[in-house]
Amino acid sequence: MPVDEKIKLQKIDEYRWRIPREGKMRTDGIIYSEESMLPDVRKDQSLVQVANVAWLPGIVGHSLAMPDIHWGYGFPIGGVAAFDMNEGVISPGGVGYDINCGVRLMRSGLSRMDIQGKVKELVEVLFANIPSGVGSHRKDLKLNREEERRVLKKGARWAVEKGFGTSEDLAHIEEQGCIEGGDPERVSERAMERGRAQLGTLGSGNHFVEVGYVAEIFDESVARALGLWKDQVTVIVHTGSRGLGHQVCDDYIRVMMDAARKYQIELPDPQLCCSPVSSPEGRQYFEAMACAANFAFANRQMITHWVRETFERVFHKGPRDLKLDLIYDVCHNIAKIESHTVNGKTKKVCVHRKGATRSFPPEHPDIPQEYRSIGQPVLIPGDMGRCSYVLVGTKKAMEETFGSTCHGAGRVMSRHQAIKAAKGRAVARELEDKGIIVKGASQGTIAEEIPEAYKDVTNVVNVVHHAGISLKVVKLVPMGVIKG
Amino acid sequence: MRRFEILDHTADIGLIVYGESLQALFENAGEAFFHLITDLKKVRSRIERRIEIRKESLERLMVDWLTELLYLHEVESLLFKKFKVESVGEDGLRARVKGEPFQEGMHVIKTGVKAVTYHQIEVRKEKEGWRARIIFDL
Repeated sequence: MPVDEKIKLQKIDEYRWRIPREGKMRTDGIIYSEESMLPDVRKDQSLVQVANVAWLPGIVGHSLAMPDIHWGYGFPIGGVAAFDMNEGVISPGGVGYDINCGVRLMRSGLSRMDIQGKVKELVEVLFANIPSGVGSHRKDLKLNREEERRVLKKGARWAVEKGFGTSEDLAHIEEQGCIEGGDPERVSERAMERGRAQLGTLGSGNHFVEVGYVAEIFDESVARALGLWKDQVTVIVHTGSRGLGHQVCDDYIRVMMDAARKYQIELPDPQLCCSPVSSPEGRQYFEAMACAANFAFANRQMITHWVRETFERVFHKGPRDLKLDLIYDVCHNIAKIESHTVNGKTKKVCVHRKGATRSFPPEHPDIPQEYRSIGQPVLIPGDMGRCSYVLVGTKKAMEETFGSTCHGAGRVMSRHQAIKAAKGRAVARELEDKGIIVKGASQGTIAEEIPEAYKDVTNVVNVVHHAGISLKVVKLVPMGVIKG
Repeated sequence: MRRFEILDHTADIGLIVYGESLQALFENAGEAFFHLITDLKKVRSRIERRIEIRKESLERLMVDWLTELLYLHEVESLLFKKFKVESVGEDGLRARVKGEPFQEGMHVIKTGVKAVTYHQIEVRKEKEGWRARIIFDL
């Protein structure tokens, strides 16, 4: 891809850069990044994408990009854009193929010393209990069309009703694990079939379940409020809506390609296809997207239950001793209808977060009671073999980014380049030498996910921390990972 | 004639596919797609499926064709090795594909594919035949 030098960037401060509005842009672009990271950002055309999003009608505020920005379909990954409910648009490209790809974090009553000698066994049993590869599924899970419709309407609530986890978990999920308004009628038969085949599976690529521990604490009192302590064992689950979400996105990209023409929306890139939020097409996409999001919430809830069962089996302890409690679960590919203050007035907007996480401040009514004094937990998974972070949301995020922040590390190397770079290296062995045990269902996966293939998540997290849109609490380091 | 090559892409993966005829182009695209997913040497042609797609532009037809194959792969755990396109054009596509269900221990999965995208999609006639470009979301 050509190096993108044409986009002008003006420095606002150390961590904020502006793409000044020009041509058909309706607003400026604002990138959260740091000088040393900009060359990589320029390399893959993602700045052009930030500028392109600014063309879309009804955009409120700026076209935003988080420090993990990289190229995506239409909207960049790491992009945030809010639209007026009447004048603005909704776009499947602003959400992504993997609707509600997201992440949840569990803490435990165990320390890393408690599990030291058993990580290999833990990884094997997790791999056996949590389906991830092609054709794998739990034999104890049977889903017919009617039941699937309930999953799509109720999300994680459905899972809890079926015995996966407890209602206590629901309070610790974004939207309590269910986006209201999901209408299964808006989901195609194709998507339903892909969903039935894949509910309760991890999926491949960058999806994983990771057992790690709290390696560093940046804010003692906030860590305490989250129930986190040094050397504590934690579990991260990272997965999305599987084939159902991908199909919903695919279906509605087609709908929106026609809709954009119908509503005469000028697009600099056909992949920004969209429809007015208030149009029938816009509403239908939202209703289908909500279904896919709920599917993902249910999926993460089920996997959580199997994680707990695995720990119980491997350590011969019950839930009261294991204390595998859900800290929080966040989406990072989603469109939400939220109230924000724009030019001094409160209004509802449609916020697209594609590869971006909600980062709500202390006192916000949409976050769990027990976090109101500290802000919403923000979970930033690192890539395989590197660390992850827990942060909390801030008032500054509400003021500047519609309550949003980064989602993780973006790729800098293609999979092909990564495989080449990994040639001759026993990547799993390298990780094992670092004390990290990895088990994956697909062959390519481990080589593709070598640490060098990604931006350093630490750099990404430091930008959002210094910019003040979310603040670091702890750093987690992996011990064992399973991947699809 | 070279049938396909893999396109490097930061976040995902792409294919450039060639074919002497439009039919061959679509057949080669099917094979290239499964080449990304698995080691085709280990797949046998035991099961057949018929695929029919209604008329669309050639680009949309290519995306639909590969999406149909992806759907069968996901929902029935099938891996396809042989592709026979009976007819393809602005009137749609009719094809028969052969392969077998995925078997743990026998087959290898190289990568999962989330979606066939419209990004930079291209199906065009060249001097010596046809050429297509497709980018996949991984």
